[in-house]
Amino acid sequence: MIVAACMFALVAISASLLLSAYRLIAGPDATDRILALDTMVINAIGLIVLAGIWFGTAMYFEAALLFAMVGFVSTVAFCKFLLRGNVIE
Amino acid sequence: MTTLLEFVSAVFIVIGGAFLFVGSLGLAKLPDTMRRLHAPTKATTLGIGSLLIASLVYFVGLRHTAGVHEILITLFLFLTAPVSAIMIAKAHIFRHQQVQQALSKDTGGSGWATLNAAPEAVQAAPAHAPADSPASPKA
Repeated sequence: MIVAACMFALVAISASLLLSAYRLIAGPDATDRILALDTMVINAIGLIVLAGIWFGTAMYFEAALLFAMVGFVSTVAFCKFLLRGNVIE
Repeated sequence: MTTLLEFVSAVFIVIGGAFLFVGSLGLAKLPDTMRRLHAPTKATTLGIGSLLIASLVYFVGLRHTAGVHEILITLFLFLTAPVSAIMIAKAHIFRHQQVQQALSKDTGGSGWATLNAAPEAVQAAPAHAPADSPASPKA
């Protein structure tokens, strides 16, 4: 039952990664691309958590935590650069 | 008991995958940036929260290991998703003249913080100011 649910979620998350990649490539403005990148990071965290459940190991959660932190910091840095022309003033 | 926990975990995994897909579908389909901002910040956060609940049920209930990491990831993502959303919205307001003119007047008298933070930067270096240009503020 868990394996079937994981297969469904794997297909859904892969499709959503593809949709975010479409927005990343086609997005008309830089803010759209930042938003698409942020969504891709969250989808990647979902994939890592899913792999942890599927293989039954808690080893992957450090990677997910690091992904969450790096994704947030990079989003804020991109937005700060667009707003002020600089990241650290 | 084991079957019940497995069923609950599987249901949360399915809900999480569906909401992650809905969030990205909205990101790809909605017509402009302010509307596109809604889908990833709400549906995707709900989806990832549901996946982490599934993981918590699975590891604590079935494998008897502590689920500190899931709680940490959930807390961090739920705290940072609104912050990154408001940063993207501020950048979008800052970069588009017609969006700025469509904003309603504030009643407090201090103006929109996005536009008032650095007025010389708004006038002198609108969008693509390089990091070391003389027009950038306090470089």
